[in-house]
Amino acid sequence: MDFESPTPGRLLKAPENFLDADGVRQVFAEAKAGRRDFIRKAFAAAGAAVAAPLVAAQSNPVPAAGGDPNILTLPEHSRSLGQGVGVEPYGQPSKFEANVQRRQSPGLSQTTQASVAFAPLQSLFGIVTPSGLHFERHHQGWYDIDPSKHRLMVHADDAALLKKPQVFTMDELMRLPSVSRFHFVECGANTSMEWANTAVPTVQYTHGMLSCSEFTGVPLRTVLEMCGADMKRGRFVLAESADGSGMTRTIPMSLIESGEVLLAWGQNGEMLRPAQGYPLRLVVPGVQGVSWVKYLRRIKVGDMPFAAKDEVLGYADLMPDGQQRQYTSTMEVKSVVTTPSGGQVLLDKGFYNISGLAWSGRGKVRKVDVSVDGGRNWRPARLETPVLSKCLTRFNLDWVWDGRPALVQSRATDDTGQVQATYRQLRAVRGTRSIYHNSAIQTWLVEANGEVKNVQLS
Amino acid sequence: MSSSRKLAAAVAALCVAGAAWAAAPGTPVFEGLGRAATPAEIAAWNIDVRPDFKGLPKGSGSVAKGQDVWEAKCASCHGIFGESGQFFSPLVGGTTQDDIKTGHAARLTDSGYPGRTAMMKLSTVSTLWDFIHRAMPWNAPKSLSTEEVYAVTAFLLNLAGVLPDDFVLSDRNIAEVQQRLPNRNGMTTMHAMWPGPELGGTTRPDVQGSNCMKDCGTEPKVASFLPDFARNSHGNLAEQNRLVGPQRGVDTTRPSGAAPASPAGATAVVALAAPPALALLQRNGCLVCHGVDTKIVGPAFRDVAGKHGARADAVPYLSGKIKAGGSGVWGAIPMPAQPLSAQDAQAIAQWIADGAKK
Repeated sequence: MDFESPTPGRLLKAPENFLDADGVRQVFAEAKAGRRDFIRKAFAAAGAAVAAPLVAAQSNPVPAAGGDPNILTLPEHSRSLGQGVGVEPYGQPSKFEANVQRRQSPGLSQTTQASVAFAPLQSLFGIVTPSGLHFERHHQGWYDIDPSKHRLMVHADDAALLKKPQVFTMDELMRLPSVSRFHFVECGANTSMEWANTAVPTVQYTHGMLSCSEFTGVPLRTVLEMCGADMKRGRFVLAESADGSGMTRTIPMSLIESGEVLLAWGQNGEMLRPAQGYPLRLVVPGVQGVSWVKYLRRIKVGDMPFAAKDEVLGYADLMPDGQQRQYTSTMEVKSVVTTPSGGQVLLDKGFYNISGLAWSGRGKVRKVDVSVDGGRNWRPARLETPVLSKCLTRFNLDWVWDGRPALVQSRATDDTGQVQATYRQLRAVRGTRSIYHNSAIQTWLVEANGEVKNVQLS
Repeated sequence: MSSSRKLAAAVAALCVAGAAWAAAPGTPVFEGLGRAATPAEIAAWNIDVRPDFKGLPKGSGSVAKGQDVWEAKCASCHGIFGESGQFFSPLVGGTTQDDIKTGHAARLTDSGYPGRTAMMKLSTVSTLWDFIHRAMPWNAPKSLSTEEVYAVTAFLLNLAGVLPDDFVLSDRNIAEVQQRLPNRNGMTTMHAMWPGPELGGTTRPDVQGSNCMKDCGTEPKVASFLPDFARNSHGNLAEQNRLVGPQRGVDTTRPSGAAPASPAGATAVVALAAPPALALLQRNGCLVCHGVDTKIVGPAFRDVAGKHGARADAVPYLSGKIKAGGSGVWGAIPMPAQPLSAQDAQAIAQWIADGAKK
């Protein structure tokens, strides 16, 4: 694209300032006259007249009447008694936040039980995903399981691999010494729709099979030691769910030995949500979400990988030579700008805080660079604390938008030194039909009119 | 007991507890937690089948028997020949007799070939057996007998040209069948995405980005973007963004460059409530095969309402059909019996009788 011919953006006025000077004067006059319902009518009238664009040099100018009616006319909530405690025993978001929802991508799947609802990354702050907005991926529908009837079995086919096969109730597991840790979980198929070309409009759909929570549970290592597992001979652990899909995945013993893999019941201070596996799920930091087996009922120690259904017919990455990479588990270094991002419109020229998320399944994020010219030039972004291993890291960068088209990108480097690749670099090795593990650099085009679009560069 | 003796006893008890605490320094004993799993319990849950067929129950099933089971319990979703891509990826197709010789599904290299069937991807026959056994049928997993699982596995392999019509698959010959799988040599573990040396993969990632910070590469060109006709394909994006903050969602009901999302922001808030019957249909998987006003595998609910809604016994008739399943009224493909509660079946039947309104 051409950056040399500056075409100033057509500026879009901010919603707060849609009253013209006459309107503002009228608000004041009416307010003085004591007609409180007038403001509501004035808003409605201004809403109807919005099609005529105003060019505002500043996004929040002083109205001609000498002040903002939102300041000068005290609102109802400043002049009356608010609601009491206990109205909402379990608190809900503001009604003005109703647009912030998990959503399905139309046409992605033909059933809702084997499908995905994406997290609204464009509307989230910091690194923690509110539990009610955590992305959903089910293979055969979700359940709300009675925790008093849920059991975990730990065993092996061979007494030499595990001496004492055991059964645990939730009560027993929750008496064990627990830890609480922040980790991201990303579906192996996150960004899969974009391998060959741009396919979906917003970061919710391109990257929304990604969430991050504080998980509480007991290290699986502790429980395997209780059962007398031989972690030298048994290098592979099968985790199995209790739902209809009977999800099974082979878990690397190397991660279990490190103490990172958890039998988790807690998520962000409360129990897991049913859609996230209540009452018990496996947490496998750095590994794709399918291995974080929900409704976990069984742990089996083995001496070879299990070739489970979701390790053969799904979650194997097709390479250009026709071979499928099996047991691909680690989620590699990746980042994305969440604001501004696809499907949004910038309200005006001027200062913006470019903000996004970076993560790596191999450790900590070391560095994030941001480009606004499609990768020609990069500036290092600020990494906000905490920067934790196998956890989302929030980054920010100052940016003054001059109204010209911009191509916004982010590029993360993890503490193993791996740098996030471009689509061109990734496709040169893995082609476009791998489905899984698309960790390419994302590009957002900011058009002169402020509209942001999902694009891919050549 | 005098109070001083009580105290002494309590102290003694404490010392015993303390001794137990200290007995195993560094190795917690977690006294009282967990109990031995019984052989019956392990047998009930230990259902996985490995590539070396450890875990495979003794038994057998014929291709012919598999066809009967298939048509009754599987074809409504997967198609009579396992070819349907209507709800799930097609199961059969895309493999050749030559693939059976080489062990590579050659069409996996052909990006022009539409779709990737299960048979093209399948590298271990144990996986197919295990999948059917643990997760099928879709709405009644783990309900097939051992013989039925062998039979359906055999039938699918017969459809794929791997097994002859008169074959009886069993625990004794399944290892030989493995040697005929079209894509048995199609998997590799030569990659860096398994954390550990067990699978003989690589330690260095296969793709590495660039560290360049200034004047990198050539002038960027936009090569791919969403066409204008797809602008509203994910719904109005103005309703999918917060109403306050640095940006708004684009009003995708208008062409690009038109005015922004309605500034009287609250009007963009989405209505989310759906009629309760639709939630029941969703929850019970009915919408997999029936649309409210479109035919899918089975008839549209609106059409069922038109045909049966006026009967005096519409609610008991329809709830009975939902529970028991049936065939012949709307075509040859049978509807399997549905394992939903009588209460749900009745609520759905009532909704249909009332005209199946959205």
